[in-house]
Amino acid sequence: MRPPPRDAGRRGRAAGDAEGEGAGSDARIIPLHADESRGRTRWRLDRGGPAHPAPPPELPMTEPEPGGEPEPGAEQPPAWEQTLIDALAFARRRLAGDYTVDEFGFDTDLTESLLLPALRPLYQRWFRVQPIGLHHVPSEGGALVVANHSGTLPLDALMLAVALHDDHPAGRHLRMLAADLVFRAPVIGALARKQGGTLACNPDAERLLAAGELVGVWPEGFKGIGKSFRDRYKLQRFGRGGFVSAALRTGVPIIPCAVVGAEETYPKIGDITPLARLLGVPYVPVTPTFPLLGPLGLIPLPSKWYIEFGEPIRTGDLGPDAADDPMTVFNLNDQVRETIQHTLYRLLSQRRNAFQG
Amino acid sequence: MTPSVVLVTGVGRFLGGQLAARLATNPAIERVLGVDTVPPPRELLSRMGRAEFVRADIRNPLIAKVIAQAGVDTVVHASLSARPGSAGGRSVLKEMNVIGTLQLLAACQQAPTVRRLVLKSTTAVYGSSSRDPAIFTESMTPNDLPPGGYAKDAAEIEGYLRGFARRRPDVSVTVLRFANFIGPRIDTVFTRYFALPVVPTVLGYDARVQLLHEEDGVAVLERAASLDLPGVFNVAADGVLLLSQAIRRAGRVPLPIPTVAVGTVGRLFRGARLVDFSPEQMRLLNFGRVVDSTRLREQFGFTPRWTTRQAFDDYVHGRALRPVLDARRFGTLERGVLAAARALR
Repeated sequence: MRPPPRDAGRRGRAAGDAEGEGAGSDARIIPLHADESRGRTRWRLDRGGPAHPAPPPELPMTEPEPGGEPEPGAEQPPAWEQTLIDALAFARRRLAGDYTVDEFGFDTDLTESLLLPALRPLYQRWFRVQPIGLHHVPSEGGALVVANHSGTLPLDALMLAVALHDDHPAGRHLRMLAADLVFRAPVIGALARKQGGTLACNPDAERLLAAGELVGVWPEGFKGIGKSFRDRYKLQRFGRGGFVSAALRTGVPIIPCAVVGAEETYPKIGDITPLARLLGVPYVPVTPTFPLLGPLGLIPLPSKWYIEFGEPIRTGDLGPDAADDPMTVFNLNDQVRETIQHTLYRLLSQRRNAFQG
Repeated sequence: MTPSVVLVTGVGRFLGGQLAARLATNPAIERVLGVDTVPPPRELLSRMGRAEFVRADIRNPLIAKVIAQAGVDTVVHASLSARPGSAGGRSVLKEMNVIGTLQLLAACQQAPTVRRLVLKSTTAVYGSSSRDPAIFTESMTPNDLPPGGYAKDAAEIEGYLRGFARRRPDVSVTVLRFANFIGPRIDTVFTRYFALPVVPTVLGYDARVQLLHEEDGVAVLERAASLDLPGVFNVAADGVLLLSQAIRRAGRVPLPIPTVAVGTVGRLFRGARLVDFSPEQMRLLNFGRVVDSTRLREQFGFTPRWTTRQAFDDYVHGRALRPVLDARRFGTLERGVLAAARALR
């Protein structure tokens, strides 16, 4: 867990940099691979040390039987023994059904003991995710995180959840809003609910926000995540502003969030439309590796990620009635979209290349 | 106002019978009439006290005579059933549910003495699909209308009841949408399902299950019969269990079945007279259903005594279900492994 000042400093610096090349940001067109030399020095200087503290000497949670037995050589005995104790206790709770889920099906025990630890290596080692501006996310109370969606598979949503749980001082759980297709799918649908997700609809969003939860929404939906690599980092249509009205009705702040790096995990260069129609899914992607290398193509490319949380947009002063005013809703919708798009361009202009950041 | 003559349908089964017995203990109520096609089981009959049993079919116009002669002022329609086993086939069940209700409502409309009508409905009217919000409130309508069976019957019956309420605005109409009942004594599809040693589930899905303890169900019906509380209310216990979690708590072994084979297995279980799941209840095993019971608490003035988890545990203990898979045995194993680990250190 990094202290906020360092974070704030980095953000301030990044903002200053953006002003420095203000012309580019005004024109809103920043070449994606421009000016590598400038970008390099800046980020090199910025990054004092490793982006992340070394991961805790924790072994992945596995079933307690043979596989769960950690080798005696790992760290000090008490550490692995503690892991073993935890793993066994977890297995016993699962076996006895001794855990609590909320009415949406969110299983805190499973999420903290199994799902988040499984994602952690991906977050820390593979994508080396660097969260920026986490202090904009409130430590308690409802808030709506609105992010861009990309990468063919929704890894960006999962990494955002890890960032908010592991790197936010309050260790918040992100309650994600997902399309109905997710919940129709076997295994994935059940896991999505256990991980804290629910259907992207106003009743669910408002219920979660009113209960003081941190809700994540990706208004681009399949249009965003399934866009071709050619259109990377160009925000797609932002829905009808349903998320804005949910925030207005519950009076919670909207936190725009820009994720850079996810576009390069599975560059989608094609689409097998007939197969997608047959399977009833929005797309069947073709990536440089996917159908070609078979299951190996499912390994995401190790791009370097940045997740920047922007200044919260307060909605409390507007009152819940503003949700019924289409103009207010559209304006806020546009404001959020523009903020995310600007942040994306700024982060991109500061990045040397997709894999080293 | 306390009712003086109450008519309860479906007294042959647990809820109706228990309700009649409870109402009979209230000295303010003059008469309690219990109607059903089959007499209640003996032990229930003995508990019903001064309640009178009228063996009648509500599909028969005779019911109108019963209501008129006794001067019934409160009708509790608790005979809606999801179980074709007792009625004899699905078409008979539908006729009992729908035509029976139509006859009953027609009789009530003719009877000037009727002042209050309580319907035992079900949360199945909300359906169960991946496109539905996680939690239903009373004002929501299902995205996918229940395709058939019990849920469709209940939805139709609620429609007839709305028509009745328009034609007889002087009658106070209460619709209670109950979640699935559970408890040591009630006999439902769910109580039979969880009693199976190996419980079939749908592979890749884990439904959220919300239940209601049988005692809470009877208490809610009694309150609705005794007081003027018009409106539609979801009746469900607090909290949620996952289907897999409930199976574990009962010490059963889950048997995940791929979606394509679910229909076949369902028919197999029906043929073997183990559990008779209707197709819409199968869908419930996929997605589950949770309702918001705020209105029950705030307007109806009732808070269920059992949470879903407590109700389920009470069912497991009350039925003395022997765990097939005992979690306690794992505790022994756990201690053994930890002791071995300490020795290794």
